[in-house]
Amino acid sequence: MKNQSVTNNLDWMSVIIYGLVVVMGWLNIYSSSLSTVENSVVFDLGTFYGRQLMFILFTIPLIFMTLAVDGKFYEKFSVILYGVALLALAGLFVFGKTVKGQANWYSFGGFGIQPAEFAKAATALALAKYLSDVQVNLKDTHRQMQALGIIFLPMLLIAPHDPGSALIYTIFMVVLYREGLPPWYLWTGFIAAALFMLALIFEPWVVILIGLAGIAFMYMKTRLVDRNLIASGIVLVLISGFVFSVDYVFDNVFKQHHRDRFNILLGKEVDMRGIGYNTNQSEIAIGSGGWFGKGFLEGTQTKGGFVPEQHTDYIFTTVGEEWGFLGSLVVIALFLGLIFRIIYLAERQKTKFSRVYGYCVASILFMHFFVNIAMVVGIFPTIGVPLPFFSYGGSGLWGFTILLFIFLKMDANKVNEW
Amino acid sequence: MRKVLLPTIIIIGTILLVLRLFYLQIIDDTFKLKSENNAIKIQYDYPERGYIYDRHGKLLVANQPSYDIMVIPREIKKDIDIDEFCHLLHITRKDYDRILEKAITFSPRLPSVFLPQLNKAEYAAFQEKIRKFPGFYIQKRSLRDYQVKFGANIFGFITQASEKTILKNPYYKSGDLLGKQGVEESYENILRGVKGVKYIQKDKFNREIGSYKNGMYDTIAVQGEDINLTIDATLQEYGEQLMINKRGGIVALEPKTGEILALVTAPSYDPAILVGRQRSRNYTALYNDSIAKPLYDRGLLAEYPPGSPFKILTALIGLQEGVIDEQSSFVCHHGFSYARGRFMRCHCHGGAQQLHRGIYESCNTYFASTYMKTINKYVRPADGVDVWSRHLRSFGLGEFMGYDLPTGRRGKAPTSKTYKRIYPNGGWRSTAIVSNAIGQGEVLMTPIQLANMMAAVANRGYYYTPHIIKKIEGQKIDKKFTTKHMTTVDRKYFEPVVAGLFDVYNLGTAHALRVEGIDICGKTGTAENYAKINGKRVKLQDHSIFVAFAPKDNPKIALAVFVENGYWGARWAGPIASLMIEKYLRGKISRVDLEKRMLEGSLQSEYDKYTGKKETDTLLLKPTAPKVIDSSEIEN
Repeated sequence: MKNQSVTNNLDWMSVIIYGLVVVMGWLNIYSSSLSTVENSVVFDLGTFYGRQLMFILFTIPLIFMTLAVDGKFYEKFSVILYGVALLALAGLFVFGKTVKGQANWYSFGGFGIQPAEFAKAATALALAKYLSDVQVNLKDTHRQMQALGIIFLPMLLIAPHDPGSALIYTIFMVVLYREGLPPWYLWTGFIAAALFMLALIFEPWVVILIGLAGIAFMYMKTRLVDRNLIASGIVLVLISGFVFSVDYVFDNVFKQHHRDRFNILLGKEVDMRGIGYNTNQSEIAIGSGGWFGKGFLEGTQTKGGFVPEQHTDYIFTTVGEEWGFLGSLVVIALFLGLIFRIIYLAERQKTKFSRVYGYCVASILFMHFFVNIAMVVGIFPTIGVPLPFFSYGGSGLWGFTILLFIFLKMDANKVNEW
Repeated sequence: MRKVLLPTIIIIGTILLVLRLFYLQIIDDTFKLKSENNAIKIQYDYPERGYIYDRHGKLLVANQPSYDIMVIPREIKKDIDIDEFCHLLHITRKDYDRILEKAITFSPRLPSVFLPQLNKAEYAAFQEKIRKFPGFYIQKRSLRDYQVKFGANIFGFITQASEKTILKNPYYKSGDLLGKQGVEESYENILRGVKGVKYIQKDKFNREIGSYKNGMYDTIAVQGEDINLTIDATLQEYGEQLMINKRGGIVALEPKTGEILALVTAPSYDPAILVGRQRSRNYTALYNDSIAKPLYDRGLLAEYPPGSPFKILTALIGLQEGVIDEQSSFVCHHGFSYARGRFMRCHCHGGAQQLHRGIYESCNTYFASTYMKTINKYVRPADGVDVWSRHLRSFGLGEFMGYDLPTGRRGKAPTSKTYKRIYPNGGWRSTAIVSNAIGQGEVLMTPIQLANMMAAVANRGYYYTPHIIKKIEGQKIDKKFTTKHMTTVDRKYFEPVVAGLFDVYNLGTAHALRVEGIDICGKTGTAENYAKINGKRVKLQDHSIFVAFAPKDNPKIALAVFVENGYWGARWAGPIASLMIEKYLRGKISRVDLEKRMLEGSLQSEYDKYTGKKETDTLLLKPTAPKVIDSSEIEN
């Protein structure tokens, strides 16, 4: 039997990347929130960087706790944790504190906690637990519905307050696919998303013509005996209905600020001082960085505070402006390294539970990373999603830290699995 | 293969992000500019422009403070009282909307000039209420304050840098002033100094949060330098007075140095009318006057056929080429028959003409014969023309000469190429171009070239490039102005010609214009000119030309006077030249009657005759050289 101590089996590579990302995140928060007027100390709870430093220090006991817990604890208590998370999310409707238009906080004294940041880990655990059951086969429609239910339940609870976090849950579909979900789920989702964007850009009849062409192409390609005119007709009706409902939903169900976010992305909105301000300013800040950036603490856009929410969701603009294209590449490379490392670790897990969980962790981290940076560089609608370990915020940092270290604990514990 | 999906999505997604970053940060640099525009405010400190003095240190151009109202459109509050604002500045609501729209088009974030050059009273009234109008502020600049009413063409004027200039020269920003035309343009860099720049870091609320990088990039304004011109203020003023109600130009040089003593163009204007709020209206009026062309410096730009003064060069070149000497004589039959049916009339007293009498009687026959001999010295007439043309160039003809004023024309010193263009099949001979001999034909000269030719004759064979700069505070003037240019005609050939020019006053065409006690050498000229009126070629009244230098020995001044449509040389240009010389050398005028006649005389009726007054637009009063030789009718 090998050495069972956690420190010996811990995947230090992940830990080091994690540490680097956290430190870089803090440096950029420091730059973006450093006031030019006063020269204050680094550890000042009145400033964002001071508080973030406190959050970072608090992750150390959190990590120790996460690693110290028995390896079987997470599997055994996954259902309970999931239940607690759902209750916490539901409780927001009653007790939630509204910050910046989003009632997704619980207030405890001076500090707020965002349950959504922890619910992702709980959902991942629950999903892993469900899929690791030997009786569960995703070829079975009944099982498919149950698995999707595990995902959609917290998603629906989060969506009203925090559409960004809800969006993250869609990546669980990829995990389900990895574990045997039929591909047509993904295709349907992909086609629906594509039709949605097309319907916003073009007139409905143009999109329907494109759909018709696609169906005709599929019809001609299939073997003569398999051709099903009725099925093709139904698909066409579905597409048409979807396209027209997109227009209806967009105009009548979406709120103005949702519409605006899409309009900016589609280049329809030109008011750069109004709603287009965020994206425009973040593009200006990043674009002004050039190859090497302006240097640490030298970003004029960062100093001028032109980019809104720069320390949280727009923290990457500071990287872009002060560290330039090369600095941005380094940050992207670190994230990519961490995510692929987790996928690699997940694939070598001995239990299905820890493999599914690891896959969930990698997916969630990637989704956050992609949606956040895509929004900041202006290829995705403005949606509030933090950059993991990087953006300012205690709940986010701790939520991601727990998410990651639960998996690292499982990985370190795998020698005990038989 | 289900394992591959997530890595594939990750890689594609990441590539998308990297490409987008690459586009934003590396390819598209508009963001970089925008970033500098909105985070850093640039404040300029405009130095005072250098003063301009004349050759004796008399102050000609100084400065006065001026106030521009600047606007940053996006900082204007919606609730300001626009009516009160307009009332304060004496503008209409329409003006307000129009100017503001223009400013917004330029940039909502950057300052543009809302109303330029307020006077003190307007400034004081507005200054009191400025806090009511956020988004507007006052920028102090210095404007020109002219101490004299003459010399507008010499000074040029100050104007706002055009968008073209701003694009071409990054020093200038919107609303900056720069010198245009005259010495304001040619010595712009010296007069203007260097403006100081202050970079101020701003936050998103447009609040100033201190100096950018502790003032690392800030610079201090450098005062403009004062300059002294070679102009003699008294002579310049006198020249302009003499030219009132006439059109033309006077250029007076100091032969020994090439310094421009006076540079008169007529009509001209008071330089002060191009300062202040009325500037733009006045400038438009001057600019649109396509008949009198007050902005057109005739002394430098007008290319006229030189007429008889050109005979000086014909004689000098003939002597240098050895085709004539002082004793060579040609018989004049009151005209010159140089080909079958071709006759050039002459108003001299006829008989056998030699060099001396040929000059002071301005005998066409004598110079036509000399010219033909010069050209015919070579087997091919083309070679003859080229030799002749090289001589002309050594006197500054056919080139810009390199003086330090921003405008100029080359004039024309024809070469064999010119005639190859005119006669593409060849076969031309000296007879075809003989009118060049008497300054008609293809030769064109500007008044400053005529004056420079006289300076070279006065110096007996050399000249200095004409220039208007005498002294720059703390700097040396350009070396090219102190470099001697030798003509290709030897010194010894000048004396007989000078003797002939001297007798123009004693015995010849200008004997009525003698000034007691001053030995003047001169030459009258009368040049034909034509204009196209309603598509027809019409012969206009001849131009009156006079060139002179004085005194004969040790000359102090050489000048050329050109009066458009002034009948003949001795009628207007001659008297004006002699008055200028007397004024410069003596300081006072002995011939009061002549002076009075010249000062009060007007050629306006002559100009109106051709313009027809009403249909002024149809006429292009551009002197053209006559091409039909047998109609040449040259007096004097």
